[in-house]
Amino acid sequence: MTAPSRVRPARVAGGVGDSTLRPDGIPKLEGSFEYAQDLWQEGALWGATTRSPHAHARIVAVDVSPALSIGGVHAVLTADDVPGSPTFGLEHSDQPVLASDVINYWGEPVALVAAEDRDTARRAAAAVKVRYEILEPLTDPGEADTRDEAFRRIRIRRGDQEASGPVVVEGYYETAMQDQAPLGTEAGLAVPDGQGGVDLFATSQFLHVDHEQVVASLGLSADQVRAHPTGIGGAFGSREDVNLHIHLCMLALRTGQPVKMVYDRSESFTGHVHRHPARMWYRHEANRDGTLARVEARILLDGGAYASTTPAVLANASYFAVGPYKCDSVAVDGVGTRTNNPPCGAMRGFGAVQVCFAYETQMDRLADALSMDPIELRRKNALTTGDHFATTGQIIETPLPTVEVLESLAAMPLPADSESDLLPGGSGLTTEARHVMRGIGYAIGIKNLGFSEGFDDYSQARVRLAGSGAVVETAAIEVGQGLVTVLAQIARTALGISDVTVEHVDTSRIDSAGSTSASRQTQVSGGAVLKAATTLRDRILHHHDGDDLTDQGVLRNGDVIVTMGELVADDWQETATFRHPPTTAPDEYGQGKLHADFAVAGHRAVVDVDPELGLVRVIRVDTAQDVGKALNPEAVLGQIEGGIMQGVGLAVMEELVVEEGIIRNPNFTDYLLPTILDAPDVEALLIEEDGSWGPFGAKGVGEPPTISSTAAVAAAIRAATGKAIERVPVRPQDIAL
Amino acid sequence: MHFHHPTTLADATQAVAEGATPLAGGTDLMVEVNFRHRRPEHVVGLRKVEELGAWEGNRIGAGVTWRRLEHGGPQALAEAARTVGSPQIRNAGTIGGNVVTASPAGDGLPFLVAVDAKVEVMSAEGGRLVPWDVFFVGVKKTTLAADELVTAIHLPESLPERQAFGKVGVRSAMVIATVGCVVTRTDDGKTTVGLGSVGPTPLRASRAEEMISSVTRPTESDLAEFQKMVSDEARPITDHRSTEEYRRHAVGVLARRLLERCLR
Ligand SMILES: Cc1cc2nc3c(=O)[nH]c(=O)nc-3n(C[C@H](O)[C@H](O)[C@H](O)COP(=O)(O)OP(=O)(O)OC[C@H]3O[C@@H](n4cnc5c(N)ncnc54)[C@H](O)[C@@H]3O)c2cc1C
Repeated sequence: MTAPSRVRPARVAGGVGDSTLRPDGIPKLEGSFEYAQDLWQEGALWGATTRSPHAHARIVAVDVSPALSIGGVHAVLTADDVPGSPTFGLEHSDQPVLASDVINYWGEPVALVAAEDRDTARRAAAAVKVRYEILEPLTDPGEADTRDEAFRRIRIRRGDQEASGPVVVEGYYETAMQDQAPLGTEAGLAVPDGQGGVDLFATSQFLHVDHEQVVASLGLSADQVRAHPTGIGGAFGSREDVNLHIHLCMLALRTGQPVKMVYDRSESFTGHVHRHPARMWYRHEANRDGTLARVEARILLDGGAYASTTPAVLANASYFAVGPYKCDSVAVDGVGTRTNNPPCGAMRGFGAVQVCFAYETQMDRLADALSMDPIELRRKNALTTGDHFATTGQIIETPLPTVEVLESLAAMPLPADSESDLLPGGSGLTTEARHVMRGIGYAIGIKNLGFSEGFDDYSQARVRLAGSGAVVETAAIEVGQGLVTVLAQIARTALGISDVTVEHVDTSRIDSAGSTSASRQTQVSGGAVLKAATTLRDRILHHHDGDDLTDQGVLRNGDVIVTMGELVADDWQETATFRHPPTTAPDEYGQGKLHADFAVAGHRAVVDVDPELGLVRVIRVDTAQDVGKALNPEAVLGQIEGGIMQGVGLAVMEELVVEEGIIRNPNFTDYLLPTILDAPDVEALLIEEDGSWGPFGAKGVGEPPTISSTAAVAAAIRAATGKAIERVPVRPQDIAL
Repeated sequence: MHFHHPTTLADATQAVAEGATPLAGGTDLMVEVNFRHRRPEHVVGLRKVEELGAWEGNRIGAGVTWRRLEHGGPQALAEAARTVGSPQIRNAGTIGGNVVTASPAGDGLPFLVAVDAKVEVMSAEGGRLVPWDVFFVGVKKTTLAADELVTAIHLPESLPERQAFGKVGVRSAMVIATVGCVVTRTDDGKTTVGLGSVGPTPLRASRAEEMISSVTRPTESDLAEFQKMVSDEARPITDHRSTEEYRRHAVGVLARRLLERCLR
């Protein structure tokens, strides 16, 4: 028996560590990339949705005849037409496919239409006559908490509950409802297969779980529905839940024709879940030397009308309530309420963002109360490998360079005092240099990577030789983050072959890759690709008694003994499943090894504020981030810059304004995202360390940039203005009045 | 849906007389159509009507785009033009469309009211010149008749030597004004103040104007008084974009800063 792979693969062009070009980059720039919005099939009908104009109501009667009588309308469906499970849901199946009895949120779907063109479909959807008996909506989450309308409650108690410290700061904080606002709206095409089954091509983040829910509501067997990956223009959590998937399939199966749907911008705002608005009360007690003696927090996240991922988001908010700090006396009470507000669920940072704003504000206040440098206070309490995690008590086993993050951040050069290319107010010419105050703020944050609380988190991938090299097959969703790039890089390095492409395959051809969320795909699907590729190389070399595999084929003593063409003809392939280290469910006090890995990042924001008008311009946000190993440094930087933009957005402008359950700004006229003129300069330091379980030691990098960037900007505004800043986004009136 | 694009003003007014909805840059109208607030059956495109694009001296054709105003308009109007939407919007959007839409947040309007502009309108029957305060009557409401087109904006023969525009918005560009303002001042001190987004129509802060016009060299306390008077004359509301209180405060601050710019 020969020893496997005697030569480690040589450095392969486009392998791990290179900033290789994304394969989808040029097509996207040229406009030739096919997004879900672009899918089309001859003879396809257009679908549209009738939605409730009320946040809470009883459906008295639905009359579809006015819609059916419009020329070109092929079908109008209501709740009675749902063939299988009347409800769906990621974790709890509680959300009606179509409302049948009670409306629980504004924009809830009531009926579906398929028609010959988009405009007719929309007119028909508007023509469906629904008689409502309007009910009083429950929109105050505090009231919902009192009435025990809760999706989940979490109670964490760790350590001596009587512990106390002489220096105490208390505060109450709020974060508003943020939207993922992906540029591509929800879209898809369902194609009936003529045998009672259907092929679904729709925007997604979690193909196999879409598939499960679609199958259940269609009342079909799993093999009758195939969910296919499509081209996706951003997600940020908004595509974890099913929205138009079941609807499209119902319409396609009913009409026997392909059906296409594309949400317009305002429908997109009602058609997906949002970031939970939060109310948080905190009390920190510290010893005179700055060490934390006790942290107490009460956290309320409003989940809105249906469960979605509220239980898991609440868990994250609660477990990360103390931040990347040590503390041996902790009490956290969390609740995720049920109201008639828009449903909230996954968004980049997943509960860790809201609490970071609160605990980092508390840390600054504590530093103030102690007359201590805020960096020094953080360093003193910094959590690192080997420590107990403050809330869950688990020992941190993977590298956690909190101190390095802090120190390198503090050491980064600051811009000169007056340096700025644009003043607050921007092109509005409101502000001159003499009106401006500059402020600097720091914040650090922590989040879990991968799924937690005992979830069986795995991904399957296949690597096979084909064409003139290798193909990676996966159902892991690329939403624009660059997964296709990095999976190919991992396969190249592991195989020793440079000619590698990634092929997205449907649910019938491969097992789940899990969700494109929780910063997990590079680690988990990357792990599966590494495992499959390494095994495949070993098997091939073993079989041919070779000592190296390259683009030419199998080599022995430097000579090609089997060509790549011959290998491809033999149809070599390997399928592998990767699981991250197991986690446990929490005990009744929230204790246990709940998380498989963590990442820390820190941000330093420099802002210019016009205090009299309350206008803010974020000049720069510098960052140091724990990345394990940067498999593609440019791509990591892309995540960092984008994540910071999203954090800046929540800090100073992004807010869904909800009144009486109704979103007042479901459009880009009034839901303001930062423009390029609002984009800060970013300098990023990637902190690499060996020892994480991701491929080549990689950690997930997608979420950490959004966690503390908001808190850092808020701290900088506080420093510039002296205002308390207890809510984000910070509105002009919060500063000026 | 009927659509035609005439090349002469006579044909355009004829189409409007027959019930057609005018389309200039479409940057307001098409948004309305996309939101299904309007569904015009008959549309007349104005872009090929050369007369509407004419701009001679103080007569600015209704079809003049923000892009052109940005590079050749009177100072405060050019400053306003620069803040309208994005380059794409400024290439398409026109001053005529802005005036007819009559949004309280229309960025062209504070300047027009500050300089007492008149709106030239025309129907198949003939034309008239309408003073701004007769033209604008409410939120998105004007006295333009259904069969009339706006053909031009008339600015006064001589414009104040000093003028300044400012717009408060939550982001650095591409933002609807939370508050907009134009202050003009002649060398002999006559000052005007046009306000946007703080009332159902663009407004003048006449009492503040009168007070400050009589002061040749405003002192710190005159400026403070001016700021307060502007705030008092504003008639803002609270909506999902801002609050009454903030708008009242900000419009005073902004007017004062613009006056300071004019005095420099
Ligand atoms: C993304 C975006 C950003 C924007 N940002 C701003 C901004 O920052 N500031 C701002 O003020 N506005 C903004 N707007 C609104 C719009 O661009 C302006 O109001 C613009 O001036 C409208 O001109 P238009 O030529 O496009 O009008 P259109 O949309 O063609 O017409 C608007 C209305 O006027 C009527 N109309 C047009 N011309 C005539 C005429 N000659 N006679 C009679 N009726 C006529 C039309 O029937 C319609 O009712 C924005 C719009 C968009 C889409």
